[in-house]
Amino acid sequence: MKKLFCKKYRSRTFSFVIVLLAYALVEILTASHSMTRLITSLLVPITCYVVAAIGLNLNVGVSGELNLGQAGFMSVGGFTAVVVSGLLASTISSPAVRLVIGILAGALLAGLIGWLISIPVLKLQGDYLAIVTLAFGQIIMSILNNMYIGADSAGLHFAFVTNNIKLAEGGKMFVSGPMGTAGVKTASNFSAGTLLVIVALILVYNLMYSKEGRAIMACRDNRIAAETVGINVAGTKTLAFVMSSALAGAAGALYMLNYSSVSATKFDFNTSILILVYVVLGGLGDMTGTIIATTLLVMLPEMLRFLSSYRMLIYAIVLILIMLVSNNASLKVKMEKWKQSFKGNREGAEKNA
Amino acid sequence: MAFLSYLISGLGLGSVYAIIALGYSMVYGIAKMLNFAHGDIIMVGAFVAYFAISSFKLPVFVAILLSIAACTVLGVVIERLAYKPLREASSLSVLITAIGVSYFLQNGAMLLWGTDTKIFPTIMSGSLNMGGLSISYLTLITIATCVVIMIGLTMFINKTKTGRAMRACSEDKGAAALMGINVNKIISITFAIGSGLAAVAAILLCATYPSVYPTLGSMPGIRAFTAAVFGGIGSIPGAFLGGLLLGVIEILSKAYISAQLSDAIVFGVLIIVLLIKPTGLLGKKISEKV
Repeated sequence: MKKLFCKKYRSRTFSFVIVLLAYALVEILTASHSMTRLITSLLVPITCYVVAAIGLNLNVGVSGELNLGQAGFMSVGGFTAVVVSGLLASTISSPAVRLVIGILAGALLAGLIGWLISIPVLKLQGDYLAIVTLAFGQIIMSILNNMYIGADSAGLHFAFVTNNIKLAEGGKMFVSGPMGTAGVKTASNFSAGTLLVIVALILVYNLMYSKEGRAIMACRDNRIAAETVGINVAGTKTLAFVMSSALAGAAGALYMLNYSSVSATKFDFNTSILILVYVVLGGLGDMTGTIIATTLLVMLPEMLRFLSSYRMLIYAIVLILIMLVSNNASLKVKMEKWKQSFKGNREGAEKNA
Repeated sequence: MAFLSYLISGLGLGSVYAIIALGYSMVYGIAKMLNFAHGDIIMVGAFVAYFAISSFKLPVFVAILLSIAACTVLGVVIERLAYKPLREASSLSVLITAIGVSYFLQNGAMLLWGTDTKIFPTIMSGSLNMGGLSISYLTLITIATCVVIMIGLTMFINKTKTGRAMRACSEDKGAAALMGINVNKIISITFAIGSGLAAVAAILLCATYPSVYPTLGSMPGIRAFTAAVFGGIGSIPGAFLGGLLLGVIEILSKAYISAQLSDAIVFGVLIIVLLIKPTGLLGKKISEKV
């Protein structure tokens, strides 16, 4: 028990506590009927974005590679989950089981595609790496936007660009090009989302506190020094990239099984950027911060709804101001001084006691 | 014949991308930041020109000058207010700020000018006919403008004192400051030139594709960013070459392969180029020191 609160693991324990407290709070508010419909509708998306942002933070914060295509992996996971759960709809009646299988399948395929993409991507560095992830995100979106998938008694049917699928009697289209998914039997709920967040946290923290995790951080801090002590730089970076894309896939699966219809353009460049904003505002490598920042920033535009058409403008200003204030040098010095004096006071108090 | 006309319209579109990419590339070369708000400056330029021509009935030439002036001022103001305080901050913080500025401009435009699409007035019509091949004057002027800008910028960078100062700043800001160069002023000038070019691109773009709306700039912005990386970010001939190639690839793939997949093809080519030459076509290879 004491180990949980020692300095090394404190932030980890804290993030689990926060998730559980938030879950309890939501459950209490729901039970007492004090949740507005708006907030209820945001609960599952928040957990989705939290999972995707935790994944992205592993890539951007822990591994130090800027990724501008996280939404692409979300859509891969999401579309996979829709097809898989659609195929299983007649054999498995429990939505929870279908959700779990959908999320696993989504994470698996997104991880696989992430691995394939990481082979060329991780050869590059810095901004070039960022633009290639952006390019892959756009390619994935463009392909999924032209994909037609349907199933009937004869099995799965695929078509590309032009929809020439002729389904037999009783067949069903899962994905129809630019229209996106349709008639999805929704299976996601807040409890499942919270569970997914906890699983993601366990996975990411286990990685971060393991030998591989330390190797990933060593590569981020100094690639050449890491290489000289025998760390396989490409391998560790790939590990972080694949894990990040698998988490995004799981998040996308949860997201798309929450709505009866989602189109591929939902996961465009702007969504990738949005997730990146959550990660940067939450703090690079700081999972607790990511959870808090994601929750607040997903809610912020909705909370600002009373400002009607001004809300996105205010959102933009808030974003810029946060960046300006958090990077203000003189403010940083003041904070440091304040922290020092606080520490001094506490030490003094301890001595007196 | 059809191929040739596609090629020329590709060069026309590519010239617009090249002009935007020049701005992107210059800003990147000196401020080392991905200015995601660059595309939205194009949008502002387009709106200014639209209102100058349609509402105030100003002559086209005056409208162009007005639009360039507005964008130049906007670029400098944005740099002063949002990017200058972050000179020492991490590149990710600057990136997020640029995204914030981009949201701000888009939503500000929506509030000020509405979300509906406005039709940009025709500022030039007619075409040159050569043996069955018809090239619109607009395309010719677009290509010519791009070439003139490219040559002008190269001369400016290489021959003038300010240009030399710019190159010095892009190599090493600290050393440049020690040599008596006012780094902040040079960065402001770079933003001014880049934003002015964005206004030129805006007018050429809207003359060819005559619709003006608040999110107009995001797609050309991403394309131009791609073009700049394609040619080697930070390099002026590279941005020119990258822009032209990107435009040609886009139009040809739309014409011969698939209109829906042109995005995937453009970005696919970019990935292949970067894999073969990781710093872009004309990018400089900087070796890492231990």
